[in-house]
Amino acid sequence: MSSESPASTTNGKSSNGSKTLETVESIVIRFCGDSGDGMQLAGTQFTNVSAIFGNDVSTLPDFPAEIRAPAGSLFGVSGFQVCFSSAEIFTPGDDVDTLVAMNPAALKTNLEDLKRGGTLIVNEDAFDKSNLKKAHYESNPLDDEGGQLAAYRIHKVPMTRLTRDAVAGLGLTVREADRCKNFFAMGLVYWLYDRDSTPTEDWVKEKFSKYPSIVEANLRALKAGYNFGFSTEQFTVHYEVPSAELEPGHYRKITGNEAVAMGLATAAKLAEKELFYGGYPITPASDILHELSKLKRFGVKTFQAEDEIAAITSIVGAAFGGALSVTASSGPGIALKSEGIGLGIITELPMVIVNVQRGGPSTGLPTKTEQSDLFMTYFGRNGDAPMPVIAARSPADCFNMAQEAVRIAVEYMTPVFLLTDGYIANGAEPWKIPDVSDLYKINVQYTTEPNGEGDEYLPYLRDDRLVRPWAIPGTPGLEHRLGGLEKWDGSGEVSYDPDNHEHMIRTRAQKVANIADSIPEQEVEGPESGDLLVVSWGGTYGAVKSACTESRRQGKSVAHCHLQYIHPFPKNLGQILKNYKKVLIPELNAGQMWMILRGVYLVDAVSFTKVKGKPFLIGELCAKIDEVLAS
Amino acid sequence: MSADTILPVLTQKDFASDQEIRWCPRCGDYSILAQMKKVLPTLGIPRENIVFVSGIGCSSRFPYYMATYGMHSIHGRAPAIATGLKVARPDLTVFVITGDGDALSIGGNHLLHALRRNVDLKIIMFNNQIYGLTKGQYSPTSPRGKKTKSSPFGSLDQPLNPLSVAIGAGATFVARSADVDVKHLTMVLERAANHKGSAFVEVYQDCNVFNSGAFEFATKKDQKHENCIYLENGKPLIYGNDRDKGIRLNGAGHPEVVSLSDVKDDDLLFHDESIDDPDHAFRLAQMRWPNSPEPMGIFRCVERPTYDGEVDRQFHDCIEQQGSGDLESLFHSGDTWEVKAK
Ligand SMILES: Cc1ncc(C[n+]2csc(CCOP(=O)(O)OP(=O)(O)O)c2C)c(N)n1
Ligand code: SF4
Ligand SMILES: [Mg+2]
Repeated sequence: MSSESPASTTNGKSSNGSKTLETVESIVIRFCGDSGDGMQLAGTQFTNVSAIFGNDVSTLPDFPAEIRAPAGSLFGVSGFQVCFSSAEIFTPGDDVDTLVAMNPAALKTNLEDLKRGGTLIVNEDAFDKSNLKKAHYESNPLDDEGGQLAAYRIHKVPMTRLTRDAVAGLGLTVREADRCKNFFAMGLVYWLYDRDSTPTEDWVKEKFSKYPSIVEANLRALKAGYNFGFSTEQFTVHYEVPSAELEPGHYRKITGNEAVAMGLATAAKLAEKELFYGGYPITPASDILHELSKLKRFGVKTFQAEDEIAAITSIVGAAFGGALSVTASSGPGIALKSEGIGLGIITELPMVIVNVQRGGPSTGLPTKTEQSDLFMTYFGRNGDAPMPVIAARSPADCFNMAQEAVRIAVEYMTPVFLLTDGYIANGAEPWKIPDVSDLYKINVQYTTEPNGEGDEYLPYLRDDRLVRPWAIPGTPGLEHRLGGLEKWDGSGEVSYDPDNHEHMIRTRAQKVANIADSIPEQEVEGPESGDLLVVSWGGTYGAVKSACTESRRQGKSVAHCHLQYIHPFPKNLGQILKNYKKVLIPELNAGQMWMILRGVYLVDAVSFTKVKGKPFLIGELCAKIDEVLAS
Repeated sequence: MSADTILPVLTQKDFASDQEIRWCPRCGDYSILAQMKKVLPTLGIPRENIVFVSGIGCSSRFPYYMATYGMHSIHGRAPAIATGLKVARPDLTVFVITGDGDALSIGGNHLLHALRRNVDLKIIMFNNQIYGLTKGQYSPTSPRGKKTKSSPFGSLDQPLNPLSVAIGAGATFVARSADVDVKHLTMVLERAANHKGSAFVEVYQDCNVFNSGAFEFATKKDQKHENCIYLENGKPLIYGNDRDKGIRLNGAGHPEVVSLSDVKDDDLLFHDESIDDPDHAFRLAQMRWPNSPEPMGIFRCVERPTYDGEVDRQFHDCIEQQGSGDLESLFHSGDTWEVKAK
């Protein structure tokens, strides 16, 4: 407990004798309010203190595409959901146990996710005429006893007034005072869940170190919220969620985008080569650029290009120059990169393209998650142009998969797609910090000697894996020209020869297929054969794994196969698919993996899809599993 | 180059690749290639440190004919590819070879940004005022009214003025020459190659198949001195077969042609390529034949830190100030916690 916290909350009754502390396994809490209410901050801080305390955590930030939508509007509501638990968890939870709603619009748009009987904390000061109208409430739902809210444990808290009182005397304007409301809400929830607020207090002190009055105001609001829970009659119970039994070691919280950036920097640092990152800002991929631009001392050069075409082509240039070259974007930007990726394929240069998927088509749903770019990454180039595609399954997994993408690119001289999505890019989970000495060191070899007759250099002379050598400018005697025109295999000279073209098409494809020799065999969780195999890929891992585990707990014969390698597939996948009576493929698109697996393996699988910009709930997957088993 | 590094003496032949050249006979591209091969041995740069990057077009076949490193890439993107290469490898000398369509139409955006950033690239744009490779459509530099395959009734597009665009984008070196003006072109290419920063060179290039004779005004022996002013740094603008005409700024600040029999040299407009303010170069770039005599040569040559140099400086400053990155401490940055074995 923080030394500044007002009360000791040891087990059982607390010091004033009127409050009980109950122990629960896991809790889902959601903060929601206006985009300007600081809900992302509240959620992030709550996640931090829970993670540091030792819970397993999983988060789901959900924010509007508008930066500052009109205050009080329904479409301007921003939310942050976090599940914290004493058991291992893989999703931010289906239903919300505690909802904090800072205004009527937030209440209206989030109430349906709150469990019946769940705790509802509202800022009653925000339920004025104007806000009610903006949220399309005809009357104040808080006044309607027995009405819509009767099914919940409701706590009406005058947060605006109490926050203003708490910061009075600090010389803040009303606006500045009101901006501390989120800290009041946090304080209250910290009390409710018996959290230690020290990490948040430290964060405030550091973040606003230049503004002592802001530090003081936020700390006072935090404490006021905490004390309110402690002393008011409204709350009689508070809860503790004991720490989780995670594998021993050092942990930190990490988002998918942070993990991608760190994985890339790690790959470069261990390979002792420079990383060149060319990118153009786009939601939800920009954080990769932000993170990498801080990491120059790890040998990272970042280039904010004029558009995505320049971003991808700049990395073609950098790869020619010998750098480990990476770009990242999301749907619309990936669409612009197609031609540049094709150039990377025909010049056979190592490059990594990260696609942080969001809702499409076109601008679509920029801040929402989807898995609908699978076809685009698998097929989306002119000509027969296969390239490796891999997909991260969780925020922390992005660290491994980013390194894996660089490895495949360099070892096979090819562009590689790494798929993530908005859900795992912005979502966070505890990451067990690896031992640096355990990490894979990519061995980058530039060719320095001629490989042909009479001191000739043949840029397309392949090894037994069909991989060509990488000779970089500055190497005497190996001067050569690459380009987008078809190459004569071996010499690399421009060739329009029909047989050579077909040979090259097949050779490039076979080279990509050969990557299957360097990836792990597919694993299955659950029975090795049985009634149902659920196949998932990418960011749906946690929800599908949880649903399959739940089904098996109920005695059903359900196995889970989660794909991280999508092209090429692991060699044993075809056999695995045959070991079950039925195959179910859930995905957050209209059935793309389903079509690919049908096409590749002729498997008569059932497709289960959801395209709402939201992740799967465990419950809806369990229901579908039951339905398929029963059919 | 330090004096004690002994470099093999290279000749034109050392820069010729073994590839058969596939331009149409008498295409202006041949002459540009030949002058480039003349210039490269004079630079004192080892062949392996030179890279030619091009887009798509007849002109963009150029890298195949050079025995240096090279990349014939995709339409319009050469400046972006070259930027990535140069930022990753500031030690290399990077040329961009492009056409009027490649540079100003599909790749206009990348050209602007390479120039404003002052990436240390030598961008040579072959302007034949036509799309050669796609067999003769009008380009962003074709004059209004130009009849081509895609404009049978005459083009309606207002052409771009390439040098004005380059100056407007903040290019630090801006020049123009013509394919068959061999000596002048060699001089301009050599100056561009030695410039530290983005150099933009427009070369008038005859496409004798689809736009024959477009630049006769600037290449015919008897006409060019009447139509063009060959810029000399620090000297007044004088031209004409008999060097009897000059340019003076009138009261409104506009250039006007005057006869040297009426006006003293001292009253003429003097050329200074090193003025930081782009007004002077821009004014020259706006003088276009046939409305006015047209300047040829180096319009602007100023110094500004290069983008690739600055990226490299920041990169090394960070390593110097923060130390080379340590993964252990990167992983442990931020809030961490320990789970102990139970
Ligand atoms: C993306 C794309 N669009 C169109 C083309 C077709 N194309 C090839 S070259 C060219 C125009 C070339 O004109 P210019 O740059 O002036 O070069 P020139 O051939 O005149 O030297 C076009 C439109 C292409 N190769 N790629
Ligand atoms: S079409 Fe024109 S530009 Fe192209 S090679 Fe022939 S003459 Fe040269
Ligand atoms: Mg042209």
